[in-house]
Amino acid sequence: MKKLSVSLPGLEMKNPIMPASGCFGFGKEYAEFYDLSVLGAAAIKAATREPRFGNPTPRVAETHSGMLNAIGLQNPGVDQIMENELPHLQSYDLPIVANIAGSTEEDYCEVARKISLHPQVSVLELNISCPNVKEGGIQFGTDAATAAALTKKVKAVSAKPVYVKLSPNVSNITEMALAVEEAGADGLSMINTLLGMRIDLKTRKPVIANKTGGLSGPAIKPVAIRMIHEVSQAVSIPIIGMGGVSSAEDVIEFMLAGASAVAIGTANFVDPYICPEIISQLPELLEKMNVNHITELIGGSWKECGTPSLSR
Amino acid sequence: MKKEFVQVISQKEIAHQIFELKVQGEVIAEMTSPGQFVHLRVSDSFQPLLRRPISICDVDVESKTLTMLYRKEGAGTALLSQKREGETVDLLGPLGNGFPLDTLSSGQTALLVGGGIGVPPLYYLAKQLKRRGMNIVSVLGFQSEQDAFYNEKFAEQGEVFISTVDGSLGTKGFVTDVLKNEDINYDLLYSCGPTVMLKALEAQIPDANGFFSLEERMGCGIGACFACVCHVNGGAPSDYVKICSNGPVFPIGRVAL
Ligand SMILES: Cc1cc2nc3c(=O)[nH]c(=O)nc-3n(C[C@H](O)[C@H](O)[C@H](O)COP(=O)(O)OP(=O)(O)OC[C@H]3O[C@@H](n4cnc5c(N)ncnc54)[C@H](O)[C@@H]3O)c2cc1C
Ligand SMILES: Cc1cc2nc3c(=O)[nH]c(=O)nc-3n(C[C@H](O)[C@H](O)[C@H](O)COP(=O)(O)O)c2cc1C
Ligand code: FES
Repeated sequence: MKKLSVSLPGLEMKNPIMPASGCFGFGKEYAEFYDLSVLGAAAIKAATREPRFGNPTPRVAETHSGMLNAIGLQNPGVDQIMENELPHLQSYDLPIVANIAGSTEEDYCEVARKISLHPQVSVLELNISCPNVKEGGIQFGTDAATAAALTKKVKAVSAKPVYVKLSPNVSNITEMALAVEEAGADGLSMINTLLGMRIDLKTRKPVIANKTGGLSGPAIKPVAIRMIHEVSQAVSIPIIGMGGVSSAEDVIEFMLAGASAVAIGTANFVDPYICPEIISQLPELLEKMNVNHITELIGGSWKECGTPSLSR
Repeated sequence: MKKEFVQVISQKEIAHQIFELKVQGEVIAEMTSPGQFVHLRVSDSFQPLLRRPISICDVDVESKTLTMLYRKEGAGTALLSQKREGETVDLLGPLGNGFPLDTLSSGQTALLVGGGIGVPPLYYLAKQLKRRGMNIVSVLGFQSEQDAFYNEKFAEQGEVFISTVDGSLGTKGFVTDVLKNEDINYDLLYSCGPTVMLKALEAQIPDANGFFSLEERMGCGIGACFACVCHVNGGAPSDYVKICSNGPVFPIGRVAL
């Protein structure tokens, strides 16, 4: 399994696979299906300063090869998360990515300061890209100067490396990436969901109570690949890639695009065993592609000295 | 709770757009609690992507056979209705918490009120309660006669009243009209059906004691995604329950409908 290990700031991962934030709760549910220690890491649900209930239901709607969600960052608040949700993760050999969100810079900093001190937390993931809350995140995620200012402040108070989670709902994602890199981000994670909507023909109203929701699942994979391909060539910090991953082949594709690790979101709902299944399929796939170590693939679609695969 | 490819034993349309699907598999031996549900993947492609929640309608633990009843609604249930004997279905379950069976004692009467596609879980419940010596009275509501199903099966468990919206079978109107017209004595109420029906029941019987089974759009079905969250009556604004993992069965009055 050594072939699969990847090393990112604050994250020593035995393989590049982690469940994506919001699609894995705090791990308890999936721990009933498999030993979480097989995972490379795990991103937990967004933490905010105060408890949040989130949006009215319906919060999800199915789309072609995807889904819309407008959960609205429901979570019990950073204090409860640290007290009640993180301790059970102690029993696993599992680096934790703590996703954090807020409405103001002060919110973000308060949550970052607190949760980064928790021994279970390896790195922070700054969620400036949730499209589903009126206040909280997205305004920080669409303006480069605002995103950079927030990143700098959070970096100053965080005891752990900080990854910034980028929104695809911008016209120039590379500009956003460069701004937060310049501000001190240790890594990027991308992409969050794409803003979308569905309308019910019977009621003639949006299906989701919040009207708009974030599109995820296989439908968004080409968008994610394109953005990672572009951003990875512009920045020198590593990228956790995500968006529609549901097979070992998808993981390879993300790494070839330029991701150093890969997160899996919606696919967990379709198959709760998807993460361990993909992890177990990767070695054979690497062998077929004549790749000795998975890190050789990173950026292979644009690096000139990338290892060619057998099939080429 | 497991994921298993279960085998289709039979599939038949038992009323207008209502299908009875029987499947067999090891995991079915765990399905002892009526009110629990399973989450089915109806296609191996991404279309449709999400699983579909379907209630446990009956189980024969011995032969590990599960019966489900579902209405062909949209793309997912249409695909499900095409499954034939010998094919497999990807099943995740049993999920959620079922109806408590020990609230009543032998000789007491349970009133089961089901509306449309909320009727199925009440059948397994009726059988389990009857086995424990309780009397069963069922009130089942449908759109019309062609939509009605399992009337005789419920009749094997106890007295049955039917209502149809168009009056083609039983009382014309809703289950609440049956309850108004008939003088039914009971100790505990168990109900599953559309939220409007549960609300009407709550309004008509304000002091009702018993359990409601609720429905909500789901993502994961196992408590991880927060798609199916509802407010709690009398709690703090941030208090909630998840229909999938805390329910779908709740004491009447606990969840804000
Ligand atoms: C706990 C629970 C138990 C259920 N038990 C049964 C049962 O025994 N028999 C039965 O016929 N139906 C049952 N339902 C409803 C059933 O899940 C939906 O009818 C079904 O998902 C519709 O799928 P579709 O693809 O045909 O429809 P579509 O409208 O195409 O579905 C689109 C999306 O909406 C969701 N959806 C649509 N209607 C509902 C609904 N009423 N509740 C929840 N999600 C919905 C689907 O799952 C899917 O994600 C149950 C629902 C829940 C929550
Ligand atoms: C139900 C749901 C909840 C989510 N919650 C969060 C969240 O709390 N914080 C966050 O940064 N991203 C959240 N996301 C976004 C995912 O982490 C991920 O970026 C996105 O879904 C794309 O990956 P996927 O296509 O594999 O799902 C959520 C996604 C879904 C579907
Ligand atoms: S459906 Fe995911 S939490 Fe209930």
